[in-house]
Amino acid sequence: MKIGYTSIFAGLFLGMGVLLAQPQDDEKTSYLQQLVEVDQCVACHIEEEALPEGLHENDIHLREGLSCAGCHGGDPTSDDMDIAMDPARGYIGIPDKQEVPSFCGKCHSDIRFMRRFRPQVETDQEVQYYTSRHGRLLKAGDTKVAVCTDCHTSHAVFPASDPRSSVYPTNVPETCKRCHSDSDYMAEYKIPTDQYEKFAESVHGVALLKKKDVGSPACNDCHGNHGALPPGVTSIGQVCGNCHINNLQYFQKTKMAEEFKKMDLHDCIECHGYHAVPPTNDEMVGVGEQSTCIDCHDEGDEGYKAAVEIRAMLRNLTTAIDSANTLKKQIQIIGMDDLDIEYLLKDAHQQLIHARTVIHTFDPKQVEEKTKTGLDRAKEAIQLALEEIEEYHRRRKGFLFATLFTTLLIIGLFIKLRQIESEQKEDAHRREP
Amino acid sequence: MELNRRKFTNMLIGGGLLGWLASVLYPLFTYLIPPRVEEQSLNSVKAGKVDDFPPNSGKIIKFGRKPVLLIRTETGDFRAFSATCTHLDCIVQYREDTKHIWCACHNGMFDLTGKNIAGPPPRPLMPYGVRVQKNEIIIEKPTNLG
Amino acid sequence: MKSNMVKKVYNWLDERYDLTPLIEFARHKKVPVHEHTIWYYMGGVTLFLFLIQIFTGILLSMYYQPGPDSSYESLRFLLTKVRFGWLIRSIHSWSANLMIFFAFVHMFSTFFTRAYKKPRELTWVTGFILLSLSMAFGFSGYLLPWNELAFFATKVGTEIVGAVPVVGPIIMKVLRGGSDVTGATIYRFYAIHITLLPALFMLVLALHLVFVQKHGMSEPEHLANLPESRKKYIPFFPNFLLRDLILWLIVFDILVFLAVYYPWELGLKADPFAPAPAGIRPEWYFMFMFQTLKLLPGHILFIEGEVLGILIFMVGGLLWMLVPFWALKGRPDQRIQPMEFIGVVVLIYIGVMTILGYAL
Repeated sequence: MKIGYTSIFAGLFLGMGVLLAQPQDDEKTSYLQQLVEVDQCVACHIEEEALPEGLHENDIHLREGLSCAGCHGGDPTSDDMDIAMDPARGYIGIPDKQEVPSFCGKCHSDIRFMRRFRPQVETDQEVQYYTSRHGRLLKAGDTKVAVCTDCHTSHAVFPASDPRSSVYPTNVPETCKRCHSDSDYMAEYKIPTDQYEKFAESVHGVALLKKKDVGSPACNDCHGNHGALPPGVTSIGQVCGNCHINNLQYFQKTKMAEEFKKMDLHDCIECHGYHAVPPTNDEMVGVGEQSTCIDCHDEGDEGYKAAVEIRAMLRNLTTAIDSANTLKKQIQIIGMDDLDIEYLLKDAHQQLIHARTVIHTFDPKQVEEKTKTGLDRAKEAIQLALEEIEEYHRRRKGFLFATLFTTLLIIGLFIKLRQIESEQKEDAHRREP
Repeated sequence: MELNRRKFTNMLIGGGLLGWLASVLYPLFTYLIPPRVEEQSLNSVKAGKVDDFPPNSGKIIKFGRKPVLLIRTETGDFRAFSATCTHLDCIVQYREDTKHIWCACHNGMFDLTGKNIAGPPPRPLMPYGVRVQKNEIIIEKPTNLG
Repeated sequence: MKSNMVKKVYNWLDERYDLTPLIEFARHKKVPVHEHTIWYYMGGVTLFLFLIQIFTGILLSMYYQPGPDSSYESLRFLLTKVRFGWLIRSIHSWSANLMIFFAFVHMFSTFFTRAYKKPRELTWVTGFILLSLSMAFGFSGYLLPWNELAFFATKVGTEIVGAVPVVGPIIMKVLRGGSDVTGATIYRFYAIHITLLPALFMLVLALHLVFVQKHGMSEPEHLANLPESRKKYIPFFPNFLLRDLILWLIVFDILVFLAVYYPWELGLKADPFAPAPAGIRPEWYFMFMFQTLKLLPGHILFIEGEVLGILIFMVGGLLWMLVPFWALKGRPDQRIQPMEFIGVVVLIYIGVMTILGYAL
């Protein structure tokens, strides 16, 4: 009896184990298993348990039919190792690090070949790479720098649009970080290693890494992909202006932009920083503690005055919008009509956003154009809100009318009651004198 | 004398009753009269007549509490998108010169399918359904998008 | 001419439905007069407020659209776009509260004058059922605006129902129309509020009124024992009815005053995913129960404090409903009559817990 149970349980357990394990195993080996039939490299390496580390079943090369020999050379039809891995039959094996760009470039730099897979494919990666800092150092014999496989991996390669890819936007910072945040590894290059930390806290980093907003820039969006270089001092504005178009255009037309050039200052980053770009706020303008204006401007000069003025305009508008918002909420709660107020406030808010962009002209007049319209809208909204509240109280007047008639009716009925009762009393008296 | 008093009481009651009835019935009947604004249906809104929209133009329509951009393309068909920019909630507009949807705040651009194509907007604009019925344009909340 | 016409109609009806006994009954109906006469009016006021509820409820249902996307929006439309929509809605809310208040007053006055005694046991029982139904009306109606407070109060309220042993969880699920308060809950509460409860209420109310008419006004003990010659009565018609009418008008005026000067708020739309805002509390007539459950310790002996509290309230409610069948009789010379004592304790308990609920 006892043994019976045990064996049943054991049987069940094993059965479940097989059931659970099977689909996984199936998936993992199915494609490679198919390859076993035609590709002796795969067959042998599976048997010897010598498949490359990190090999991904869905690696784009593997899936496109490019098996081991496609890159590593040799004869995949032979099950004899000496023949299969014979350099005479084109066997390359693991390329030297310095050889990697040309190893990949064999195909990736060949437009005719690459066209077969994707008509709009780019084939300049290798050329671009050698213009980058990585590429130039590699050429000079430094094998510590990143080559294709360092960023793209060797055997888990995916298109950059695939979230599994090591170069998918949200994965890029992590990929660069592997070397660039390693202070020991980077020591000899004498460049900072805090970029990732700074970036992760920045407005872009939070959007990209925390909110997974792929519209936010990763490292490569400013530094380039294959031709990775720090943006030059003269081009930094263009880099930011790629997305922040209006801000750049306003800035470029200012006197300050010219002065910056003369003083060898770097456009946007002088106020906003780089890597650690914090979310902007209105305190950055003006002459307060967080102001960036007073880094250069002193009390009395024109810029100082403009900063004070612009700050005041923004404050006026935000205060007006805030108080209108408070009123709006109140109106919502008491159940009055807030729809028009909401639309006015939307408009006011838009003017505020606009004004914050126009700040980059550093011209109080241009900022005022926006803040004034915004202020008008906010004031209209407040006016409308107050009218709604007044209407709310005005309703009470009608009550006085109604209550007047109700009171009359009550008095009338009361007198009537008294009359009836006194008559009844008289009646009773008459009956029993 | 007695008769006069009784008459006065009856008048008081009658007058009071009339006034009271009026003050009760007036709000009641006005309540029952349908309000001038049609009950806002939450799933669709009338945008106007087809003829009011020349090709290559756009207009902001209030869809309840949300602004919607109704566009008539050059080829004459209608499209509608949420007019709230996906960047910082500004209201987008149709630009007749570039034939794009444009957000003035930060120069964000969307194509005529609502896809963000330039500038800071991170996501496309949500499309709304447009139906033309007897020369009248009706904008509908897209049910499949929830 | 006119009176002739009326007479004709009356005769036509009388011939077929024998109205004369009814008229005779009304003509001879008498109301005793003594120092507790004032309490006779409380039931009438409650009835009047119930009629207002039916009336304003019908009006509201013409614009209200139940549903998670439409409840709040349609009510906002009613309040902002429909003329006097705010007034009708505000009257409905205020009248609901006043009705329950007067029902409580009516019940306690009946209790303390011991009017529930034979032969009026069933009048008391139906009255208690009516009060329970009124509270169910209040609970189901509270959710319908689908605003923040309503949403969370309903969530907490149905959770308490769910804590009832054995049947609680299934009742909670049925009430909510799912495992959580959602749009499905609105439809259910709406159906309960405008169909099920009114139907039940009307039925029990009809019984209650028939019972009252059958037995006439109850006289307090000391009066009932007096010789007939020393009792004072007034005719129901017109004396008592006129007084009733005047009181109804006064109540109506107070009701409109409250509705106009303290309109019920719309609040902010419920967001099921937002954290509960501070100050979630049930309607005042549930407060004493809510507060008790809150003050009970987590565990009492072997069961949860909350479960024990709910059981106590259920047993207490049942006992209260069955008061006429077990009422203790004190000796006439006793200074403190046992039932009076119980009533005072219950009143003080409800009062203190309610005050605590609002103060804490």
